[in-house]
Amino acid sequence: MGEFLFWPVLLAYGEAAVAYAGDVRRPGSAGRLATWGVRIGWLLQTALLVEQATRADGFPWTTWAGSLNLFVWLVVTVYLVWGCRDRYRLLGLAVMPLAAVLLVLARVGGGTGATGSGGYSTAFLVLHVGLLSFAFAALTLSAALAVLYLWQERRLKAHRPGALLGRAPSLLTLETLSARTIVVALPALTAGIVAGLVRLRSEGGGIDALMAVTLGTWVVYGAYLVLRYEAGWRGRRAAYLALAGFALVIVARVGLQLTHFS
Amino acid sequence: MTLTLVGLSHQATPIAVRERAFVPLPQASQLAKELADAGEAVCLSTCNRTELYLVGEDAERRALDALTDLSGLPEEEVRGVVYRLADEAAALHLFRVAAGLDSMVPGEGEILGQVRSAFEVGAAGPVLDRLFRQALHAGKKVRAETAIAESPASVSSAAAALAQQVFGQLDECLVMLVGAGHVAELAARSLAARGAHIAVVANRSVDRAEALAVRFGGVGIPLEAAAERLADVDVLVSSTGAPGRTFGRADVEAALRARKGRPLFLIDLAVPRDLDPAIHELDGCYLYDIDDLESVVAASLAGRRREAARAEAIVAEEGERFRGWLASREVVPAIASLRAWAEEIRAAELERARGRLGLSESQHAAVESVTAQIVNKLLHLPTVRLKEAAAGADGGSYAEAVRHLFDLGDDDPH
Repeated sequence: MGEFLFWPVLLAYGEAAVAYAGDVRRPGSAGRLATWGVRIGWLLQTALLVEQATRADGFPWTTWAGSLNLFVWLVVTVYLVWGCRDRYRLLGLAVMPLAAVLLVLARVGGGTGATGSGGYSTAFLVLHVGLLSFAFAALTLSAALAVLYLWQERRLKAHRPGALLGRAPSLLTLETLSARTIVVALPALTAGIVAGLVRLRSEGGGIDALMAVTLGTWVVYGAYLVLRYEAGWRGRRAAYLALAGFALVIVARVGLQLTHFS
Repeated sequence: MTLTLVGLSHQATPIAVRERAFVPLPQASQLAKELADAGEAVCLSTCNRTELYLVGEDAERRALDALTDLSGLPEEEVRGVVYRLADEAAALHLFRVAAGLDSMVPGEGEILGQVRSAFEVGAAGPVLDRLFRQALHAGKKVRAETAIAESPASVSSAAAALAQQVFGQLDECLVMLVGAGHVAELAARSLAARGAHIAVVANRSVDRAEALAVRFGGVGIPLEAAAERLADVDVLVSSTGAPGRTFGRADVEAALRARKGRPLFLIDLAVPRDLDPAIHELDGCYLYDIDDLESVVAASLAGRRREAARAEAIVAEEGERFRGWLASREVVPAIASLRAWAEEIRAAELERARGRLGLSESQHAAVESVTAQIVNKLLHLPTVRLKEAAAGADGGSYAEAVRHLFDLGDDDPH
C-alpha cells in the first residue's frame, strides 16, 4: 500500500513544480493547478506516512530514506501555510522541485518504507528526529524565501521587474518572513540537539559527522539572528547567510547517513 | 424592442469633436431621462467616448440628433464619425468597454467606475439594467481572471508599484519629494493613493514646497535641508530639473548606514538627472530614473496586450450569455400568450361544466386542481422547447409559429 502511494505523491509534486514554472510565464490556471498538485500530493503523502506509522513498531522513520520522506512531508506542510495564497505562489517554484527531487532521492536511497526503531525509545525518537526534522523543514522554507528574495532583488537592481510587479511578495515581506521562520526553527533545532546530546551523554559514544554538521547549522543560524537583530544585517547579506545555513541543512539531510541510529 | 448604441470614441474621433460631445455626469443623467421617453436610455461619457444606449422606438434617430446637438457639428459630419450598433453587437461593445479592452491603455481601471456611474444616473429599464449589470460583471471578471490590469500603465504608477515591490504595503512608508512641480505632484498622488505618507517636500522656494506639502499633510523645507532628512524617509522622488546633482553617492551611503539595513527607494524624474546613477550600486538601495520607469511601463503595456486576448474570450462568453437572454425575451410574450389562452379555455370549460355536474365546493376545487395540472403538463414541454430555441438562433421563428398555430395574435397578454 505504502509503496503504491509513493508514485502518486511524486506525480502530484512533480506536476506542482512544472505548473509553478508555467505560472511564472503565464499567471492564472497554471498557478491553481500547482496549488492543487501540492494539496493532493500532501494528502497522499500524509496517507503514506499514516500507513507506515500504523504498520511499524515504534517510530518508523529512522533510516536515511525514511527520515528524508518525513522531511519532505514537513517541508510541504510548512509551505502549505503560505502556498495557497496568490502572492506566495512563486515560493512554490523553489519548494516543489526540491520536494520532488528529495522524494526521488529517498526512493533511490532505500525506499520510503518504514523500519523499526533500532532499540531507541519512541519518545526519544519523536523528540529528537521529530524536532530536528521540523526545524530543518522550516529552515528549508526560510531558504526558499531567501532565494525568492535574491531573485527579486536582482531583477529590481537590473531594472527588469517584469512579471514580478504586483504578483510576488515585497522584498521587505520576504526578508521578514525568512527571519521569522528562522526564529521559529532555531528553538526546535536547539531542543532536538539537546535531546540528542542528553541521550549521548547517558549512553556514551562520540560525536559523528551528522552531529557536527547539525551543530554547525545551529551556529550559522544563531549567528544569523544575532547579526540581523543586533548588527542590522538585512537584505542580500542576510539572505546569503540563510542560504549558507541551508547548505549545511542539505548536507545533514541528504549528504550524511543517520549512522547513529543504525 | 431593439437595443441601440450610437456613439463616438477615441478610435475614430479626434479630441476636438470628443470634447464638444462630452457630457458631465449630472447632464448625462438629464439627457438619459429625456432620451428614455417611453423606453430606456443611458449616456456614458468620458474623455475618450460619448455613447448613448437606448431601447425604444426610433432610438437611432433620437440618439443621432442628441449627438449632433451636443457636438454642435453638422449632422453629416457627425454621421461620419459615429458608430451604430444593435442588440448583441451593442452589448459586446459595452462589455469590451467595461473590461478596458476599448481603452487607450488596455485594462485601465477607471472606465469600470465610469460605466457604473453612467448606469446609476441613467434611465435603465429591464434591458439596460441587465446589460449594464452584466457589463460590470464582465469588467470585474476580466480583471480578476487575467493580469490585464495588474501592471502599471504610467510612469507615476510604475514608480508607486515599484515602491510597493520593495516595501509591500505603503501605509507606513514616508516619502520625500524634492522639487514641487507638476511631475512631483503626479508621483506623490500615485504614492499617496497606495497609502504612502508624503512627509516632506523640499524645494528651492520654500513657499511652493509648503503649498504642495500641505495638500498631502506633510511639511515644506528648503532644498539645502533635504539631505538631513534622507535617512528618515523610505521613498525619495526627485524632480527639480536643476543642472547639478541634488544627492550624491556619499549622501545616500550615510543615510543607508543610519537606516540600519532598511531599504531606500529613489525615483529620479528629472532631466537632466538629479541623482548620481552610482547610488544604484549601493546595497539596499534602488534608483529608477525616467528611462528605467518608461521601460517598465513599455514592458507592462506589452504584457497587457498579451492578456487582452484572454480578456476578449471572457467578454465573448458574456456576450453570448446576453444574446441568449435577449433572445429568450423574444419568446417570453409568446409563452405568456399561450399559457393565458390555455388558462382561458380551461376556466371557461370548467365553468360550463360546473352546473351540469352539480359539484360541491370541495369537488369543484379538486377538479380545478386536476385541470390546472393537465394544462401545465401539456404546456411544459412546448415551453421548454421554446426557451431552448430562443437560446439558439430560432427563437423568433418558433414564437411566430406558436402564435400562428394557436391564433394568439401579436399583443402581449399583459
